[in-house]
Amino acid sequence: MSEVAAHTRLTPWPRSRPAGLLIVERNAMVYRRSWMILLSGFFEPLFYLTFFVYPLGDFIGGVTLGDETLEYAAFVGPALLAASAMNGAFYDATNVFWKLRYGKVYDAMLSTPISPGDVAVGETMWAVVRSLLYSAAFLNILLVLGLIESWWGLLILPACFVIGFGFAGAGIAAVTWMRNWQDFDLVQLVMLPMFLFATTFFPLSVYPEAIEWLVQALPLYHGIELIRALATGDVSAFQLVNVAYLGLMGIVGMKIASRRIDGLLLK
Amino acid sequence: MTTQDGQPLIHARGLVKRFGELVAVDAIDFDLQRGEAFGFLGPNGAGKTSTMRMIGCVSPVSEGTLRVFDLDPAEDGVEIRARLGVVPQEDSLDLELTVRENIIVYGRYFGLARSVLKQRADELLDFVELTERAKDRVEPLSGGMKRRLTIARSLVNEPEVLLLDEPTTGLDPQARHVVWDRLYRLKRQGVTLLLTTHYMDEAEQLCDRLVVMDKGKIVAEGSPRELIERYSTREVVELRFADDDGRPEDFSEWTDGLVSRVEPLPDRVLLYTDDGDAASHGLHERGLVPESILVRRSTLEDVFLHLTGRSLIE
Ligand SMILES: Nc1ncnc2c1ncn2[C@@H]1O[C@H](COP(=O)(O)OP(=O)(O)O)[C@@H](O)[C@H]1O
Ligand SMILES: [Mg+2]
Repeated sequence: MSEVAAHTRLTPWPRSRPAGLLIVERNAMVYRRSWMILLSGFFEPLFYLTFFVYPLGDFIGGVTLGDETLEYAAFVGPALLAASAMNGAFYDATNVFWKLRYGKVYDAMLSTPISPGDVAVGETMWAVVRSLLYSAAFLNILLVLGLIESWWGLLILPACFVIGFGFAGAGIAAVTWMRNWQDFDLVQLVMLPMFLFATTFFPLSVYPEAIEWLVQALPLYHGIELIRALATGDVSAFQLVNVAYLGLMGIVGMKIASRRIDGLLLK
Repeated sequence: MTTQDGQPLIHARGLVKRFGELVAVDAIDFDLQRGEAFGFLGPNGAGKTSTMRMIGCVSPVSEGTLRVFDLDPAEDGVEIRARLGVVPQEDSLDLELTVRENIIVYGRYFGLARSVLKQRADELLDFVELTERAKDRVEPLSGGMKRRLTIARSLVNEPEVLLLDEPTTGLDPQARHVVWDRLYRLKRQGVTLLLTTHYMDEAEQLCDRLVVMDKGKIVAEGSPRELIERYSTREVVELRFADDDGRPEDFSEWTDGLVSRVEPLPDRVLLYTDDGDAASHGLHERGLVPESILVRRSTLEDVFLHLTGRSLIE
């Protein structure tokens, strides 16, 4: 039998690569076995468009933005893409709940050179990766249906990355505060109204001014503005605000998560 | 960066761990030297796990000095963890991965290359005799197999010190012996072992040196043999009585001059003496007739009983 004891040091130290990537790698190994879930990311928006958006468009006609009139599906499609990037990232991030509260995976990781910050970064990046896979599938459908009207559309996938990052960070932070299923219901109480009110189905101008401000504070509003601008080609400097808002949300979320994971697991 | 020869790998002085009001580890001192097998022997709640977690840099030190590889856990936790192997009290295997993947992925956390790890995983699985289960999921493995896999995993980074928190608790006797055998081989290969246990036979088998821990404090230190010599006699006579009527209230009149110490327990009476046969013969002559008499060698259990007045396993 060969000796398993330490004679020469195997461990390269200090590490050269960001350790968060190692968690992405671990998750990808697990995920290999359940890639079928990705199909849902493809079919869900297709059903949405076929059975809801197009019939509704026939009913209400187009949407007027500024001096331009858009086909209803071209108005809603990009918003649904933004919402899908959000949901993919946010709900994937909240899957961390099980690992954090019941699993021992993080206990094992934290006894290696991996630190709580690496866990926060790694799980955020992983949620972004999965969300991007959904977004890419969805984007394909929008392209095929001719709902992307501008060359700015080339930036849609990077924009989905920004949305995914913002909501993944927020999701990872949120999950560290959750204790049970009731808390998940509370999250639903925030996420569903946000989906309905963040100009997904009608333009901001339908609201009274006070509510307009409220809507503009919603993170999903910024995601939708970003994708819609790129899809229609009506791009302005405001899109930089959208990116900054979402990026900051992701970074702050990861920072909070890192602190909280430290406090929860390293007692 | 590495410790000089002669300098302890782990050094603790006045080490304290508090959880709110509760003092789990109460100002303990110890040193771990390279190449030795050192044990913490103590009952549940003694503070063994709390101590191990502080050493493993997954629990902040409340007070006192702790140096691991002459580094500070609060500052250099990442580097210390890179050089330790950890077998925690509760298995923390990745249930979503296979047996072999568990070792590879764990090795990746140390930044080791996949190509190195593939070979290393096969060697380690061979070492713990799990090669046949390499492609299986972890969940259906027996407790003993999970423990062996956890040990294999902890060796993936060729650690300078292996921390084992109750390595065989909850295993059946046969599985325990398999684990002991592997740990014994590691010891022979020169791996430094730091283990906790509440089994006195485990401590006797594996430890060159140990501390007895109770209620957060270290109450004695030495090799198993030294501890037995210092705190117990060579032999013990165990008396059992059929009922309380046959059991004398006061033993002194029966045992005076025959034994050096009497320890009455609820279910039996222990008589400490260097010559058990002579003592039981003497009792017989004085007319004391218990249901059974057993003469045995002293163990660490007797040491613990003497030091704390309680037995190790309640
Ligand atoms: N995370 C914790 N929070 C509060 N108390 C704890 C925690 N961990 C351990 N303790 C307490 O500290 C004491 C020592 O526990 P532990 O170190 O696990 O002992 P052992 O491993 O020797 O059984 C026990 O009273 C235990 O209840
Ligand atoms: Mg313990």
